[in-house]
Amino acid sequence: MSDILVQGVQMLLVLLLAPLLTGFVRKIKARLLRRQGASVIQPYRDLLRLLRKEVVLADNASWLFRVTPYVTFAAIWVAAALVPTFATGLLFNWTADLIAIVALLGSARFFLALAGMDVGTSFGGIGSSREVMIAALAEPAMLLFVFCIALVAGSTQLSTVANFIASSYVGLRVSLGMAMIALIMVALAENARIPVDNPATHLELTMVHEAMVLEYSGRHLAMIEFGASLKLLLYISLIACVFLPWKIAVFGTGPLSYAIGAVAYLVKLTTAGFFLALFETATAKMRVFRVPQFLGAALMLGLLGTLLLFVSKSF
Amino acid sequence: MSAVVLQMLCVAGLLGSAVLAIVLSRSKIATAIIYSATLSASAIALIGSIHWLLGDTANAVDLTLPIGLPWLGSHFRLDPLASFFLVVVNLGGAVASLYGLGYGHHEAAPHRVLPFFPAFLAGMNLVVLADDAFSYLLCWEFMSLVSWALVMAHHREAGNAKAGYVYLVMASFGTLALLLAFGLLGGPAGDYGFAAIRAAPHTPYVATLVLILMLLGAGSKAGLVPLHVWLPLAHPAAPSHVSALMSGVMTKVAIYGFIRVVFDLLGQPLWPASVIVLFLGGVTAVMGILYAMMEKDLKRLLAYSTIENVGVIFASLGLALAFQASGLKLLAALAFTAALFHVLNHSFFKSLLFFGAGAVLTATGERDMDKLGGLIHRMPLTSFAVLVGCVAISALPPFNGFVSEWLMFQAVLQSPELSQWALKITVPAVGALLALAAALAAACFVKAYGVTFLGRPRGATAETAEEVDLYSLSAMFILAALCLLAGILPGLVIDSLSPITLQILGGRMPVQANEPWLSIAPIAESRSSYNGLLVMVFITISASLAVVFIHRFASRALRRSPAWGCGFSDPTPAAQYSGGSFAQPIRRVFGTLVFHARDHVEMPPPGDIKPARLRIELHDLIWERMYEPIAGAVGFSSDKLNRLQFLTIRRYLSLVFVTLVTLLLVLAIWS
Repeated sequence: MSDILVQGVQMLLVLLLAPLLTGFVRKIKARLLRRQGASVIQPYRDLLRLLRKEVVLADNASWLFRVTPYVTFAAIWVAAALVPTFATGLLFNWTADLIAIVALLGSARFFLALAGMDVGTSFGGIGSSREVMIAALAEPAMLLFVFCIALVAGSTQLSTVANFIASSYVGLRVSLGMAMIALIMVALAENARIPVDNPATHLELTMVHEAMVLEYSGRHLAMIEFGASLKLLLYISLIACVFLPWKIAVFGTGPLSYAIGAVAYLVKLTTAGFFLALFETATAKMRVFRVPQFLGAALMLGLLGTLLLFVSKSF
Repeated sequence: MSAVVLQMLCVAGLLGSAVLAIVLSRSKIATAIIYSATLSASAIALIGSIHWLLGDTANAVDLTLPIGLPWLGSHFRLDPLASFFLVVVNLGGAVASLYGLGYGHHEAAPHRVLPFFPAFLAGMNLVVLADDAFSYLLCWEFMSLVSWALVMAHHREAGNAKAGYVYLVMASFGTLALLLAFGLLGGPAGDYGFAAIRAAPHTPYVATLVLILMLLGAGSKAGLVPLHVWLPLAHPAAPSHVSALMSGVMTKVAIYGFIRVVFDLLGQPLWPASVIVLFLGGVTAVMGILYAMMEKDLKRLLAYSTIENVGVIFASLGLALAFQASGLKLLAALAFTAALFHVLNHSFFKSLLFFGAGAVLTATGERDMDKLGGLIHRMPLTSFAVLVGCVAISALPPFNGFVSEWLMFQAVLQSPELSQWALKITVPAVGALLALAAALAAACFVKAYGVTFLGRPRGATAETAEEVDLYSLSAMFILAALCLLAGILPGLVIDSLSPITLQILGGRMPVQANEPWLSIAPIAESRSSYNGLLVMVFITISASLAVVFIHRFASRALRRSPAWGCGFSDPTPAAQYSGGSFAQPIRRVFGTLVFHARDHVEMPPPGDIKPARLRIELHDLIWERMYEPIAGAVGFSSDKLNRLQFLTIRRYLSLVFVTLVTLLLVLAIWS
């Protein structure tokens, strides 16, 4: 019974924290630009507002267009619930390993890209085609990161990986460093952050994600924005869980360690959010056809890390 | 009655239907009768082979018929490997027959299809059942020729005659390679029974040569790059249910041939062979899907995607060879199971997608995606089934395509166990290629589905399309259901594949039925596990929760209005994103290297009212650099040799004399 409870807490936790994280990143970015910025709880207000509004649906939108926001949201939510946040070994962690989590995010993107094509405007098409191009490069890089991690920890199961890295002395490794850089690059691309895409703009010719969801409104848009925040949280949780499993609670160690784990998790989220905002403020967005080089570098880093591990386990 | 006799009776029934089709000729009821007959024969064969595979598989059953070579007879045998491929063949056959019951009525010249369809099914069954080299080659050639006849069914359509010609040339080349392979295996003693070949020792030299010949022979039939050129021409040329069989099933029969010879008959292979297979598989996967991405003909896109999937299967087989050569039986079984699982999956979703393409063709008469669009409104059921197929082939959970790719990646992750350095480096690199192919496949099917079924209709026929008949729909929905079932209950499939890995590799994966909650765990749960059923249940529950919650507590108001498009509503549907424009980013990233792709913009000078034009230049380098020179050389030499046709009788006689003397000299020096 308590397994289900902890798992439920995790599912609700990611749901509650995701908009806060987005608000926090926006706030920091605003402060770095010497602006006052909106309150950190603004994303919650936006979501509530969107949820209450009516949906304006294009005349020729099909059922797929209406189903996609829910499917996308559900796929990302399930994926986010499977990444250990404050504790490892949760009840459903065994349902899917890291490869399956990557594929779940792939499902979400597949449907979103289809929805972009559904109404038949040029904006949707341009967004979808660029999104799948980015994904076609980001996914192999992500899988090479998975290979690299699996070679070190001997598992693709996130709980096992986190426990392994937290418990034993792994130390500083070149290959893990490369994998971490690769993962961060992939995370930036997957979450449509600067320098790959700009989450704050709406009308810019190199836009990707925002163009794809241009036709969405009301509760549908709320679901998609919520999904996007969840995805950002998921990637940060993933980086934290694999590379900084510091103070993460092992399943069954009691409420106190859960509480410590939760506090540590919040600290990690805050730090990561701060660095993300700092990085985004300090970097310019790149042209869309520079993105392949960016992601190609991530792919090569992943491959290099993997090959180094083949040369010697101690790299 | 033994199981193999039942299978042979079904084959006899299929051949009988072929004869019946010739007798009925142009009669109106022929279509219904023939497809019902093939449906029942394939269904019986399917049930028979499933029953045998799930039952006692320890004893293979033989049948010898007194036909064929006088001292050998014709041997047929049902063992676990054959019975699995019989399941694939007959399931494909049964569903294609069901589809044909509806689709066949739109056929302009049914007498060109009906006699060959059952014969094609019979041929594929016989190849899988054959147990000696002579029957095998005979049945293989029969299968090739009958499928050629089906490719030529619409021989007056543009391009089909070329497709048939290229297919015939490549099929003959493939059979030649197989002939040489079996000749080497049989050795000078010439005992061509598979049992004798299996028992005989093969030197490493012969084994490597046979493996290369099999890669040429079976690989050309399966569509390995660079021997794939016939496939995207021939598969789409046939009627759609035959395209489904050729892509979904016949390529699998070729893979069966490869497995039978390389894994079963050759015995222990050498590890360098596995590097070749792995590399070819990885390259084939990426090239196939890149070709598919550039394609705008729906059926050709599907044919190219078949090449990708064949590459994935061959890469898994290469992994299995590598692990087997290192003596790692469990891991070899894992890679081999992944390959077989993908064989099964691909036969499901590729048949489904070809049926969908056939339905689109029936409804609109178009295969060109840039003239389609918006079919999700006109053909809701077809588009739902095809959507399932697209999700499954893009390897997304919780459908079946994901499970086999997941198993394959798990096998790739075990590569540190291998002992050879070359393999240790090759396997992760091939893994990266496969990951790239999987991601590109998702992009490709977003394009295929998005351009064909979504958006606004780009042509008049797409605007007036009607939903297809119930037979076609039920065939598609059966396959869609199978895609989902194999995805959420993968443990059952893996367990029923274990007799085959036991037979071929002498090892098996752990029993998956013991895992809690229908999970699958290839090695150990702490290493990796996946549960398709729970993933599906979770997604369903959380999506429904979100829907109920929002509709209950937030808003359920909805208003229809013209599309927003940032205030700019496109005047014509032609301004939508087409297949070519969707592929543009990927064409720029990969195409400049792989296809020497160039975009030419022809912009008239200011004041000129000519339209601006965008021309895309693509080169199929394999065709241009490899096949055209060969074709040129053959043409050149035949031109030169043509003179020999117009000699006098004296010169012919002297030619014969010279030849005879030369041959006798050669013989004298040789011995």
